[in-house]
Amino acid sequence: MATVALVPVEQPGWPLAHERWAACLFLIFALLPLFAAFSGQSYLVSLFARVMIFSIAALSLDLLAGYGGLISFGHAVFMGLGAYAVGILSAHGIHEALLSLPLAILVAALFALFTGCVCLRTQGVYFIMITLAFGQMAFFTASSLAPYGGDDGLTIAARNTLAGFALLRNEQFFYYVVLGCLLGTYLFCRMLISSRFGRVFQGAKENAVRMETMGFDVYRFQLIAYVIAGSIGGLSGFLLANATEFVSPAYMSWQRSGDLIIMVVLGGLGTRTGAIVGAAAYLLLEEWLSGFTEDWKVIFGPLLVVAVLYARGGLVHGVDALLRRIARD
Amino acid sequence: MNTALFIVQVLNGLQLGILLFLIAAGLTLVFGVMNFINLAHGVQYMLGAYFAVTFYALTQNFLAATVLALIAALAFGLLLEFVVFRRLYDRDHLDHVIATFGIIIFLNHGVKLVWGAAPLSLPIPEALSGSVRLTDGLLYPLWRLVIIAAGLATAGLLYVLIAHTRTGMLIRAGASHAAMVSALGVNIRRLFTVVFGLGAMLAGFAGIMIAPILSVEPGMGDTVLILAFVVIVIGGIGSVRGALLGALVIGLVDTLGRSFSVDTLRLVIGPSPARTIGPALASMLIYLLMALVLYFRPTGLFPAKGR
Repeated sequence: MATVALVPVEQPGWPLAHERWAACLFLIFALLPLFAAFSGQSYLVSLFARVMIFSIAALSLDLLAGYGGLISFGHAVFMGLGAYAVGILSAHGIHEALLSLPLAILVAALFALFTGCVCLRTQGVYFIMITLAFGQMAFFTASSLAPYGGDDGLTIAARNTLAGFALLRNEQFFYYVVLGCLLGTYLFCRMLISSRFGRVFQGAKENAVRMETMGFDVYRFQLIAYVIAGSIGGLSGFLLANATEFVSPAYMSWQRSGDLIIMVVLGGLGTRTGAIVGAAAYLLLEEWLSGFTEDWKVIFGPLLVVAVLYARGGLVHGVDALLRRIARD
Repeated sequence: MNTALFIVQVLNGLQLGILLFLIAAGLTLVFGVMNFINLAHGVQYMLGAYFAVTFYALTQNFLAATVLALIAALAFGLLLEFVVFRRLYDRDHLDHVIATFGIIIFLNHGVKLVWGAAPLSLPIPEALSGSVRLTDGLLYPLWRLVIIAAGLATAGLLYVLIAHTRTGMLIRAGASHAAMVSALGVNIRRLFTVVFGLGAMLAGFAGIMIAPILSVEPGMGDTVLILAFVVIVIGGIGSVRGALLGALVIGLVDTLGRSFSVDTLRLVIGPSPARTIGPALASMLIYLLMALVLYFRPTGLFPAKGR
C-alpha cells in the first residue's frame, strides 16, 4: 500500500498564509453580487452560488479525505440525498426550509451512519471501492423512484420558503444564505480539526495502530467524522436543489463523486482553503472553456492530467510556493 | 419459472461474466502489480470496439479487423503508459484516480470528434451469425456462444502464461511484492509495461467481441468499468483466479437478477410494488453482494498473497 504522505509537510508560516487566503476568498464572494450588479453580468450570482455550494460539499470531503485519509468515492450521494429530501417534500406540497433542511441533513447523516458502519471496516483501495458501491446503490434507487421522476429527475415547483416567507426566491438573498452556510461550514471544520477530536482523527490517518494503542477507539472517531461529513453533504444538497430547482439521479452518479474528489485534490488536500479554491477552479474552468468551444472536454481532460503531473500538493500549495519564490527574489 | 428462459438467461449471464473477466483480468493485474488504479481501463475497451469498426470498414474481413484492432489497442495502451501512466506509479491513489479520470473525459469526447457521436455497429461475421438449437424450440445466438468460448480460451491462455512461464512467474511475484522483485534485479519498468500492454489488449479484445451485439458509442466503457471494479474487489485485487470467479458470479447475479427479480418479488409482495421495486433491486444486487463480501472478507475472496 502506498502510505506516502498525501500532502507536502506544512511549512512554518503556512497556516497563517492559508487563513489569509481563505479571508481573501470570502471577501471576493461577499463583494461579487455588487460587481455583478455594476457590470450587468447577473448570471455571475447564480454561477458563484453554485461554486459555493460545491465548495461546501468539497469541504466535507476534505474533512474525510484530507484529514482522515478516508477517500470516499461516493460523496456525491450525500449531496443527492439532501437534494432529494427537498424535491420529495416539495412534490408533496411542503416547501418550508425549516422542515426540509433538517430532513435533508438527517437523511444524509443516517445514510452515512449505516454505510459508514460497513465501509469503515475496510481500508485503502477497498474503502474507495465500497463507498463507490454504496453510491451506486443510492444512484439506482433514485433512478427507480418512478413517482419522483425516476431517471429523468424531478422539477421542484419553487424554492423553499423560510418560515413562510419567500425570501430564498430572491437571488441575492439566496446567494448570501449560501455564503453564510459556506462560512459556517468553514469555521466549523476549522474548529473540528483543531479540537481534540480532530487531532485523534488526524492521528488515525498517520498511524491507526498507534492511536489504538493509545487507547482511542479509532473506528468510532472515524464513524463520527463520516456522519459529520455526510451531514454537511446533505446541507449542500439542500442548497443545490434550491439553486437549480431540480433534482435528478445524476446528482449522485459516480462521475459527480469523481468531480468532488478532483476539486479537493486540485485545490490542495487537507487545507480547507484548497477545497474552496478547487471547487471554484473546477467549475469556473468548466464554464469558461465551455464558452469557448463545444469540445471543451478535449481540453479539460488533459488539463487534469497536467495538473496531477505538475501541480503536486494542489493549487494552494503551488501558488504559495510561487509567492514564496517571488518574495525571496 | 420457465426452464427455457432460465437456460437462456444463464447463458447470457455467463457471456456477461466472460466479458467482464476479459476486462477485469487486465485491471486486476495492473492494480495488483503496479498498485495503480486505472479508471481509463474502460475507455480501452471502448477503443477496442471502435478500432474493430474502423478496420472492418477497411478490410471487410472480421478476422483481419480483429488482429489489427488488437494491435492498435496494444499500441494505444503502450502509448498511454509511456506518455502518462509511467509517471504516476510512485504517486498516490488519488493522483491515479484524477489523472485517469481526465483521460476518460478526453477520450470519451475524443472518439466523438473522430468517429462522430452516433452509435456505430459492427456486423457479426457471416459464418457465425446464425443461431444454435439448444433444445426443441430454444434457439440461442451463435455469436454469444463464440464470445463465451473465446473468453474461456483466453482465460486458459492466461492461466498457462501466468502459472507456467517465466514472465508469468515475474507477474505473480510482482503482484505479491513489486519492490522485492525489483531488488532481485528484474527490470521492473519493463515488467510493468508488459503487464500494462497485456491488460490493454485484453480490454480491447473484450470491446471487439462485444461490438457486434452492442452499439459502439462514446461512454460505453464507463458502465463496464464500474462492473469490472466490483469484480476485482470481490475477487481480491491482484488475483486473476479471483477475477474469473468474481466475473462469473457478477455476470450471473446481474443477469438473473434483472430477469427474475420482478417475478420472484411478486410471490412475496403484490405485483404492483414488485414492478417498482424489482428493477431497482436488480440493479443494486451486485453492489449489495460486494458490500456483503467486503463486510465478511475485507480484502476480497482471493487476496493476492503478501499484502
